[in-house]
Amino acid sequence: MLDQSMNRRRFLKGSGSTLMGTLAMTSMPIAILAPSRSWALELQQLDAHQGEVLLTLTRHIFPHPTLEDAVYALVVKDLDAEAAANPSTADTMRSGIAALDNRAGGDWLALDDEQQGMHVRAIAGSDLFRKVQSTAVVSLYNNEMAFRHFGYGGERGDAGYLSRGFNDLTWLPDLPASASGPVPGMNG
Amino acid sequence: MENYDNQTTFAHDDDNVVVIIGSGAGGGTLANELAQKGIDAVVLEAGKLHTRGDFIADEWASFGQLAWLDNRTTSGTWRVARDFPNLPSWIVKAVGGSTVHWAGASLRFQPHEFRAASEYGDIPGANLLDWPIDYDDMAPYYDRAEDKMGVTRTNGRPGLPGNNNFKVMHAGATAIGYKNCHTGNMAINSEPRDGRASCVQRGFCFQGCTTGAKWSTLYTEIPRALATGHVELRPESQVAAIEHDDRGRVNAVVYFDAEGREQRQRARAVAVAGNSIETPRVLLNSASSQFPDGLANSSGQVGRNYMRHMTGSVYASFDEPVHMYRGTTMAGIVQDEAHHDPSRGFAGGYEIETVSLGLPFMAAFFDPGAWGRDFTEAMDQYAHMAGMWLVGEDMPQQRNRVTLNTDVKDAYGLPVPNVHYDDHPNDVAMRQHAFQQGTAIYEAAGANKAYRTPPYPSTHNLGTCRMSTHARDGVCNGYGQTHDIDNLFISDGSQFTTSAAENPTLTIVSLAIRQADYIARQMADRAI
Repeated sequence: MLDQSMNRRRFLKGSGSTLMGTLAMTSMPIAILAPSRSWALELQQLDAHQGEVLLTLTRHIFPHPTLEDAVYALVVKDLDAEAAANPSTADTMRSGIAALDNRAGGDWLALDDEQQGMHVRAIAGSDLFRKVQSTAVVSLYNNEMAFRHFGYGGERGDAGYLSRGFNDLTWLPDLPASASGPVPGMNG
Repeated sequence: MENYDNQTTFAHDDDNVVVIIGSGAGGGTLANELAQKGIDAVVLEAGKLHTRGDFIADEWASFGQLAWLDNRTTSGTWRVARDFPNLPSWIVKAVGGSTVHWAGASLRFQPHEFRAASEYGDIPGANLLDWPIDYDDMAPYYDRAEDKMGVTRTNGRPGLPGNNNFKVMHAGATAIGYKNCHTGNMAINSEPRDGRASCVQRGFCFQGCTTGAKWSTLYTEIPRALATGHVELRPESQVAAIEHDDRGRVNAVVYFDAEGREQRQRARAVAVAGNSIETPRVLLNSASSQFPDGLANSSGQVGRNYMRHMTGSVYASFDEPVHMYRGTTMAGIVQDEAHHDPSRGFAGGYEIETVSLGLPFMAAFFDPGAWGRDFTEAMDQYAHMAGMWLVGEDMPQQRNRVTLNTDVKDAYGLPVPNVHYDDHPNDVAMRQHAFQQGTAIYEAAGANKAYRTPPYPSTHNLGTCRMSTHARDGVCNGYGQTHDIDNLFISDGSQFTTSAAENPTLTIVSLAIRQADYIARQMADRAI
């Protein structure tokens, strides 16, 4: 995770209120979806540092080593939108991020992965932590890129899997007819 | 697509109609059964009308569309109170009620389950009671319900084809010696039937069945009831209270319509089918000087004995992919633990049924509140996971109850329901056993790791207006007619004296058919 986090530092040098990154291409299904390797997120309420802290904090709370930053950025996007819509949420984030930086000697992002994690464990249960956790548990796993990464069909299932793999598992014995039933439109 | 236009309307002061509160398995079925007999009814449904074409193949978006999200509070030691303090149940607020969301499992109760008190003996802390009816009373109505709903493996109908998730369950279950494992008795068409298509294995059973292969009152009972010209459906009608006359007979239902205006529908009889949280809430909110503890509550049992089934889930990861989300959510069952065998260390039994969640709900429900590597490493296994839901009989307890929380009001100024639940030691012992057996099934199929997932918010809400032989012990008789008020009926799972191990919908539908016959006789006899 350390190497990745250094990569991220290189790519996340947002200027003004834009969070930018480049796909690491570690996850081919996402690369297929992406129109280009670069991505950018314009922030409405938070500054680039705050956005970067939130992204990295989310990576600590829900660490998936090969999941692209572009997916984590969707969590930041939702947090930023909430901050824009709700001043008290914005205050929670700003003061929480400031407190995290403060307890880390001024710049939590400058610490290595292990030290960052130590501070995250210390703030578990804080308002900032819970806000990020409760937002991320939805945002991080509720998007097409995550579906591709984790191998979930999402709305592609809407048409039905009857002829598209609902029973394509071959590493176990076939079901006896007595335990199963006929596949409509097919023999047996 | 079905026609939902009212063919008839009734005046608010028409006191010849039966008012049915709720349009799910109980209310929707009762409406159609009464309508087919020529009895006029008004159905008050709190939720909106969403037709099949409106359903969304997206878990969170669908949840926002269909789930009952009105504020509720919780208390007790159950984990749901900690994880989802304002969402004790996962049910539907829409026309069709929770038959929009249900997975379709349609199992008859076992004969002994109607005699839980006699069969299980004295269990400290359990408020067990035998049902006032037995299996033989129910058998002909189970026949009619299975036929109505097109339940697989009944009446010569084939089973559904097993999906990947079931292949894993079947391999493991047979490896450890279970004998009764198949793709279930499902109210999902395995072949086209009753004007509805056969299942195309979408995997969005919980989000509403767009093809109509899964039975729901939304596109069977309700449009058929409307077509008779004897039923008027009023969606977005939130019932506040039931009123009564000086003789103590109910005579009107007060509700808020879609515009939030208070309305009053006069009634010859009232049937309450708002699911086991709203049903007692309505009775309690209807307290009057004559009935200071709420309607039909001379026993003090309204709201008590809230049951939600012993539940839990086991997910397991394998070397090879499973893709459990493909195909019917409840794709198969193991019934070898459903019997009563106290040598296992608990009374009653449980069913083992496949379950799958999409990635978004897996994140939300797998281990609520969890974070860090243990959680994410499990999520990384998503495509290689199989899943099962464990569902068994839980013990009725007096203190597990729905009460009015007068500190918290809803949009209409009415107290919201508080749901209190503590696991009984019998529930805990059963869950432990079920977790062990579920884990053994997956290990026998080659699992790398099995995960025990705590109960979700309850979809099976039962027992809060229970049936009893004697008026002192419960709220209604064996027909759901309240002991205290002859023309007030309970028509949903609130009637259940005990929970039994099985998914409740088939029994709710069977009871509704039986109740319709009874109401028709009572009306013909001018008893009500």
